[in-house]
Amino acid sequence: MADQTFPIPGAVDATRPRAGLLEWLHSWVVTVDHKKLGILYIVYAIFFLLVAGAEAMAIRIQLAIPHNHFVSPEVYNELFTMHGTTMVFLVGMPILFGFANYLVPLMIGARDMAFPRLNAFSFWLTAFGGLMLYFSFIGGFGSYGVGNAPDVGWFAYAPLTARAFSPGHSTDYWALSLIVSGFGTLGTAINIIATALSMRCKGMTLMRMPLFVWLLLVVSGMTLVTITPLTAAQVMLLIDRYLGGHFFDAQAGGSPIVWLHFFWIFGHPEVYVLVLPAFAIANEIIPVFSRKAIFGYPAMVAASVGIGFVSMTVWAHHMFTVGMTAVGNAFFVLSTMLVGIPTGIKIFNWLATLWGGKIRFATPMLFCIGFLFQFLIAGLTGIMLSVAPWNWQLHNSYFVIAHFHYVLVGAIVFCIFAAIYYWYPKATGRMLSETLGKWHFWVFLIGFHITFDTMHFVGLLGMPRSIFTYEPDRGWNTLNFIISCGGFVQAVGVLIFAWNLVYSYRRGKAAGNDPWDAWTLEWSTSSPPPDYNFAVDPVVRSRRPLWDIKHPQDPDWKYER
Amino acid sequence: MSTLPIFADESWRLPSRGRVGMFSLIIGESGIFTIFVVAYIYYIGRSVSGPTPQILEVPIFNSICLLSSSLTIVLAEHAIQHGLLKRFALWWALTMALGIEFLAGTAIEWRKLIFEDHLTIRTNLFGTTFYSLVGLHATHVLVGLVGLTLVMIFTLAGRVNQGHAGRIQVLALYWHFVDAVWVVVFTVVYIVGK
Repeated sequence: MADQTFPIPGAVDATRPRAGLLEWLHSWVVTVDHKKLGILYIVYAIFFLLVAGAEAMAIRIQLAIPHNHFVSPEVYNELFTMHGTTMVFLVGMPILFGFANYLVPLMIGARDMAFPRLNAFSFWLTAFGGLMLYFSFIGGFGSYGVGNAPDVGWFAYAPLTARAFSPGHSTDYWALSLIVSGFGTLGTAINIIATALSMRCKGMTLMRMPLFVWLLLVVSGMTLVTITPLTAAQVMLLIDRYLGGHFFDAQAGGSPIVWLHFFWIFGHPEVYVLVLPAFAIANEIIPVFSRKAIFGYPAMVAASVGIGFVSMTVWAHHMFTVGMTAVGNAFFVLSTMLVGIPTGIKIFNWLATLWGGKIRFATPMLFCIGFLFQFLIAGLTGIMLSVAPWNWQLHNSYFVIAHFHYVLVGAIVFCIFAAIYYWYPKATGRMLSETLGKWHFWVFLIGFHITFDTMHFVGLLGMPRSIFTYEPDRGWNTLNFIISCGGFVQAVGVLIFAWNLVYSYRRGKAAGNDPWDAWTLEWSTSSPPPDYNFAVDPVVRSRRPLWDIKHPQDPDWKYER
Repeated sequence: MSTLPIFADESWRLPSRGRVGMFSLIIGESGIFTIFVVAYIYYIGRSVSGPTPQILEVPIFNSICLLSSSLTIVLAEHAIQHGLLKRFALWWALTMALGIEFLAGTAIEWRKLIFEDHLTIRTNLFGTTFYSLVGLHATHVLVGLVGLTLVMIFTLAGRVNQGHAGRIQVLALYWHFVDAVWVVVFTVVYIVGK
């Protein structure tokens, strides 16, 4: 389009550039290429990251001072419901599947995913689910007049979701759009499993697969048995709401507690579904920037599979305050603490990878170091919350909010930023600006700690979650104001990042095939990779195929069994 | 583009992506069924009003039909693998007939429950859990039948040959799963719950 020359100023041949734009858009809509779909997923997720981030800002403005009237209580309920739902289902899941889509075939030396059309179908289902959820703001007729978003919390506890307490259609939008995007998620998970197991290039045995692919394989396996219980529970909810069923209707013998169990059978493994891809990203970046092979590869694989299994047995630690038997409490306390063991193995392996390495503090590595530190603290508060008596004191307080935001932001978002800095050159052919990247890192890091460190204290002082406002004499005023300020510092960091994405796309310096001197197969092809990925099907003999090529006198396959 | 050298060719076998994909789908579907089965078991005897599960008649003929369709589809798979198209079409049609009989039997059972015993999905907790669990399974039979019908149409149009055996086996896996789930649903609803 840019090459077009117009002989007479003003006499514009309007049809041709427009056709070019339409063709370009059309190529993105009909694509079944895993790289384009991966980028679509990531752009979609970043868009909703900004939307849900804006919702978080509105929440923080409302809570910055006591008795604030920035938003009404009704809108406040919608804001925290949509913030949580969006971040989990429209940001976390799509962005991890975006990276999986883009990277898994490249890393295992394949031409595409196992089922390219299923891949496109899954993306558009997910996209439609997100649009439907947000359409509720204008289309979801609820109890407060026209235009009503879901307002029952992202966990939608029964009986709040019953027809009597949630009239109109806002809860239906919540359930239906998550069922739709859930099927998209299921399709992608099936696709990743089939790709990782059936599309590997010659010589890529399971124990030579990059850890990124291994962890995404584990995540996809978990997704199969994680997202489906939610779908089932939401179908039950819709049966209750539309067909007059009694699943969660206590007056007819049903039980709202059953919803809690079903939701958290989904909800807790879901947290691991989100955090394991963050580990996967750290597994790729930390060794490359330490100039060492990952320490304890088999232990990393075993720990990931272990987390996958143990995470299925911990859900009721969200329910200590609901009242369970002593045996039930003890079981879920112990199983929750058990997760700490494989997770600890991972932390030690990352530290051992760093130990004695020649560390390069480029932006991706900075974010990974931040992740290591913050994830450790998040894990420790997690162990604290797993102790039932402690949990009875602090459940549904801001301490819990601080804990899981330490995981979701401190670990997952940090790793996602690291991944974007690391793989952006591969996807676009241009490096992101290191200067802006360092500004982004430090501003975001400082904002993160101002907000979420302080949140622990306000939680210990007894501030409950999901409250619209609070009395000025509770001693929470200063802390809440600091938390809100930190939120704005983070927002500045994210805006620097967004500017970097746009600026570097045009002005960034050319990346070349392998800007980081890395070892996995995606760096052996051009940046951006051609449609066919590899001109010649690669053959690998070790876990670091590019190391073998760069160091023929000292290849890895001599030492790996 | 790629600078990777080519090493000596070795025998390199990977699992079929169709089978891996179908097994993954089956694991996912099992998650949905598990939740509905757990809800059914948990709510046994918790209805605050009648009718109770005693009104159910055990659908023995229906179950025999559905379970034997697993056998006929195996025979059909066997036939297509050896390129015996006529025999394949015959066994495939019989599989479909057994599946349709199962759905018809369920329809008759539900008609009796609704019009004679006055049990609907909103009557009580038993009605809610019964119709949703059995209905979920019947939906899966219906989806399986749509798949079987597509293959049948292609077979009658002469577009199916020995080379499609692998894909047909993937579809048959789903049908086996639907049959296996019936064993669980039958046990829970008509033996444990009654």
